[in-house]
Amino acid sequence: MTDMTTETLFDPTAPLTASGNLRRRQLVSGLAESAATGAALLAITVLGIVIYAVIARGAAALSWDFLTKNPPAFGSGGGIAPAIVGTAVIVGLGTLIAAPVGILTALYLTEFARGRIGNLIRLTMDVLNGVPSIVIGVFVFGLLVRGHHQSGFAAAVALAIIMLPLVARSAQEVLLLVPGSLREAADALGVARWRSVLGVILPSAMGGILTGTVLAVARAAGETAPLLLVSSIYPNGVHTNPFSSGLANIPVYIFNASEQADPGGFTRAWGAALVLMAFILITSLGARALLARSRRKLTR
Amino acid sequence: MTFDEFSGEDLEPQPLPEQAAPRRVRIKTDLGPPPGIRLGTNGKSPTTGRDVVFDVRDLSISYGPKTAVANVSFKIYRNLITAIIGPSGCGKTTFIRSLNRMNDSVPGFGINGEILYHGHNVYGGGVDRVEVRRRIGMVFQKPNPFPKSIYDNVAWAPRNLGMRKGLDERVEKAIRQAALWDEVKDRLKSSALSLSGGQQQRLCIARALAANPEVLLLDEPCSALDPISTAKIEELIDELTDDYTIVIVTHNMQQAARVSEFTAFMYLGELVEFDSTSKMFTAPHDQRTQDYITGRFG
Repeated sequence: MTDMTTETLFDPTAPLTASGNLRRRQLVSGLAESAATGAALLAITVLGIVIYAVIARGAAALSWDFLTKNPPAFGSGGGIAPAIVGTAVIVGLGTLIAAPVGILTALYLTEFARGRIGNLIRLTMDVLNGVPSIVIGVFVFGLLVRGHHQSGFAAAVALAIIMLPLVARSAQEVLLLVPGSLREAADALGVARWRSVLGVILPSAMGGILTGTVLAVARAAGETAPLLLVSSIYPNGVHTNPFSSGLANIPVYIFNASEQADPGGFTRAWGAALVLMAFILITSLGARALLARSRRKLTR
Repeated sequence: MTFDEFSGEDLEPQPLPEQAAPRRVRIKTDLGPPPGIRLGTNGKSPTTGRDVVFDVRDLSISYGPKTAVANVSFKIYRNLITAIIGPSGCGKTTFIRSLNRMNDSVPGFGINGEILYHGHNVYGGGVDRVEVRRRIGMVFQKPNPFPKSIYDNVAWAPRNLGMRKGLDERVEKAIRQAALWDEVKDRLKSSALSLSGGQQQRLCIARALAANPEVLLLDEPCSALDPISTAKIEELIDELTDDYTIVIVTHNMQQAARVSEFTAFMYLGELVEFDSTSKMFTAPHDQRTQDYITGRFG
């Protein structure tokens, strides 16, 4: 402390311009800022190029018929209506399986788990998140398809396994952000713990949990590898029963169309990719709107 | 309403305050009024014949190897306000939180001695801490309303406790008791977070009252509030003593002097002195109390 007086000696009347090492510090600061800005721009550029490429090549295939017609029984051409409906059914069913399990897992981890078991489950979730989707596809193939037949349900189970760790991890992060004072307040009222969790903690975190779930949906909707194994043989036409047979879906359609010898197949594959992207975009925009509405309700 | 849902084995249901049936446990106090000294700020009767709500005996609390509270013994009387004062880190918050078992989930928490609530050990076997907290409500340092509407904040506990009958009346009564009704009656459906800090704290008091407790623990309820809100809450606390027993932890000695009938002074985890507030602030026994209340440390 005694050094301070000697060290801060300077001429108090000097003009207030940059001098000494301030120049160098400003330079370093400027470099760091432009590096960060550059990285952000690069990420946006990559996304922009992907979207541009998909739109430029796929827009030609888009038409009302493409969205609403069935593909012909033989040959190429036609629409992707069965694939759109099938993807919606498979992803919807997968979300119905993964979201409750994932959210309850997160609740267990943040509200009830102690010590070792909690750590073990967290580790399991991380490992599951790292399992390649083709491995999950093979697993579900062995579990639900071998000895039976391909089904939309098997596809939904595979997607649910992919979504589960994503939902659980993101929900856990959000639940950890719920202030401890709210838990204390609920505890101090003499209300049983699970009621506090359902009535106070979960609603406070609902917005973030929803966002995390939608991100998981977006990730799962484009998964192709497991679907090739468990839902790639399907009858022609629009079907919605996930148990009777495999369901047509957009990722497998893209895969098949891009393998066709017909150059029109490429265009249709790009068109289907555009539809898939729009599907994901609309889902996440819808979820964001929902989130914004619930936020407004809470803060007014 | 009925208490069927709450009857535990060791904690028998208490009658509602308005029914004013005689308490089962009646302990004559050994702390008579000190002669010639006005007792309390609102002229309440002395402790003779008053029920003892909490009888704290040789209480020691530790977190792991660290002792937070050591050998504290005193009594808290029914329908009186007991203030706990002391410098930061003296264990007063630890103490008040142990009265309704809010410390149970703190890692390393250990307790020795007894806290008798109407003769029942709060930490005894078979005691359900959820029921303990229902009977002994608590309001915290920082206002912590739920991110729900004003009405739902107050109605949440009764709903979850199975007290659905006459919910609207119960909510209104609690908000009125917390002296907040006139300010919020036209916007019960708007978010509790839109209220000012002082209003939020009174809402938290209303929320605690709606669960129908007997005791209200206030852990520095005014430390985050401006003087006007503080004055309102102090006034409110004073009115609540007709129905409730109140324990308040405060940094603010003037506040203790203004609102309480009894004061406990804690220092370094020990109870230095416990006496009627008037005695404590005019003729303290202990030199440390004297030093603290005259502002020599703290």
